[in-house]
Amino acid sequence: MSLVQEPAMTAPSTSPETTSRAAALMKRRSRIRFYEIIVWVAAIAAYFLLPTKMLILTEIAILALFAVSLDLVLGFAGIVSLGHTAFFGLGAYVAGLLALHYVAEPVTGLIVAGVISGVLGLLTSFLILRGSDLTRLMTTLGIGLMMAEVANQMAWLTGGADGLSGFSPTAILGLFEFDLFGQTGYLYCLAVLFVGTMIMRAIAFSPFGLSLKAIKGNPMRAGMIAVPARKRIVIAYTIAAVFAGMAGALLAQTTSFVSPDVLAFHRSADVLLVLVIGGTGYLYGGIFGAVFFTLIKDWLSVITPQYWMFYIGLLLVILVLIGRDRLARWVEYLPERFSKKEGGQ
Amino acid sequence: MSEIVLETRNLKRRFGAFLATNDVSLKVERGARHALIGPNGAGKTTLINLLTGVLPPSEGQVLLEGEDITSLASFKRVKRGLTRTFQINQLFNEFTPLETVALAIAEREGVGHNLFKSISSYSKITDEAASLLAQFGLASVMGERTTILPYGKQRLLEIALAFASKPRVLLLDEPAAGVPEDERHEVLQIVSDLPADVTVLLIEHDMDLVFSFADRISVLVAGAVFTEGTVAEISSDPRVKAVYLGENA
Repeated sequence: MSLVQEPAMTAPSTSPETTSRAAALMKRRSRIRFYEIIVWVAAIAAYFLLPTKMLILTEIAILALFAVSLDLVLGFAGIVSLGHTAFFGLGAYVAGLLALHYVAEPVTGLIVAGVISGVLGLLTSFLILRGSDLTRLMTTLGIGLMMAEVANQMAWLTGGADGLSGFSPTAILGLFEFDLFGQTGYLYCLAVLFVGTMIMRAIAFSPFGLSLKAIKGNPMRAGMIAVPARKRIVIAYTIAAVFAGMAGALLAQTTSFVSPDVLAFHRSADVLLVLVIGGTGYLYGGIFGAVFFTLIKDWLSVITPQYWMFYIGLLLVILVLIGRDRLARWVEYLPERFSKKEGGQ
Repeated sequence: MSEIVLETRNLKRRFGAFLATNDVSLKVERGARHALIGPNGAGKTTLINLLTGVLPPSEGQVLLEGEDITSLASFKRVKRGLTRTFQINQLFNEFTPLETVALAIAEREGVGHNLFKSISSYSKITDEAASLLAQFGLASVMGERTTILPYGKQRLLEIALAFASKPRVLLLDEPAAGVPEDERHEVLQIVSDLPADVTVLLIEHDMDLVFSFADRISVLVAGAVFTEGTVAEISSDPRVKAVYLGENA
């Protein structure tokens, strides 16, 4: 171990070797991992290899975007939420209503849904700034339940319990018509998932993303290195709401229907479960979790239509017993093995 | 020429019926090496928490460079040049030392809100972080996860992290606490090499360190300032000895 050879805070005379190693270490953080390439290649390959499975693939892509958006607040800022579907549902209704009354072009609907959900995220973010995890769980749960009841009561607008139907999105950007088999729908959702994940990935490796993890890791110390925690949480929560709203919009547009179920409590619980399965704090956990959760749900509901919820519950218990930390890290074993040659340690 | 940079006026903090800080009026001069000593439970750490905004005071004021900062959040005080280290390490376990320090520098430089630019693309920040870590003898471990570092190294990172914010007033809460004997000299060296223009308020139990480092000492007993003076005055004060011996007896 080296001794201190010079007084602190004098002009740095760090060896160039140390500086370049530091630069390499920092770059290494944001390098593209092996599993990232696998995910996107597999998603495209699925389009060609599984032409009859477009609906479930679309479902996975939508759930993945929803889960990745939750990871931004849960895995980065450490904010637990049981009401994330408030934004998903609002986005779905906005996209549905827009298509029904004004513009049926999907990308327009997607953006408007994202913006309006983002506004709701911004307004409600101030409610989650105070209190402990438990308070936040209750507050977010409350917001979710209120949204569901509002949608139910405003039947003149939302169709109430019957849901919102009678709209059909036109060609995407006027170019790509939705087809009967859902192929366009899948590619559309996949494209939005890709762009959304890349945007959130950029955020994850920015100073902002690092500061979110600092707030989650040690809020007291984060304050002591001048991180304005409340402001950062408000921004992260708003961004997460935008993408959750977009995920909701995708569901409305690809199914041409908005069921009151988009605001149901179980959706908030499902998306949390997805992150528990896939792991938090690295975004792709939302994607892995969505694939696993959707496939297992689909499989269980076929082999045991009445009791599949039981097995989902059992799975959750087993996952938690195995240990959350190990779960959150399982995928890290993969890239380490593939990136040994980069060295740096 | 004595300019007061940090001052408290009749500062009080209650925890229920317990008065942890009892009417403390303290003045710290610019560039001072001011030590805060006192037996366990005297309220030293509470006072630091009040100074840095970790706790709000029940009564009284805190002034930094003449301005009332009593109701300012911690991060705003850091922005104004007041920062601290913690008695028990408060680090980011998931981070490497390099990431930890780089983030602190990014926040100091006001780029912490940047959403889309990778932190690795700020080469000046990385360079500064590397050189700061090298000064603290942490260059060899800068890519390790903080949580697996030896305690002494974590302790050095604790201080390096406070430095990354370039404080004008630095509060050190028992910097050598818990550091094994063979790593202790590194910490002590860093403390004694602190630049002269940085005002330092040091909490320490190690009297050798206090007497060699400080030019002024305040003795805190039961939440109140018991006495204050130069090193010579305090070290020869029989009442101070009694306070310490009384505690140990």
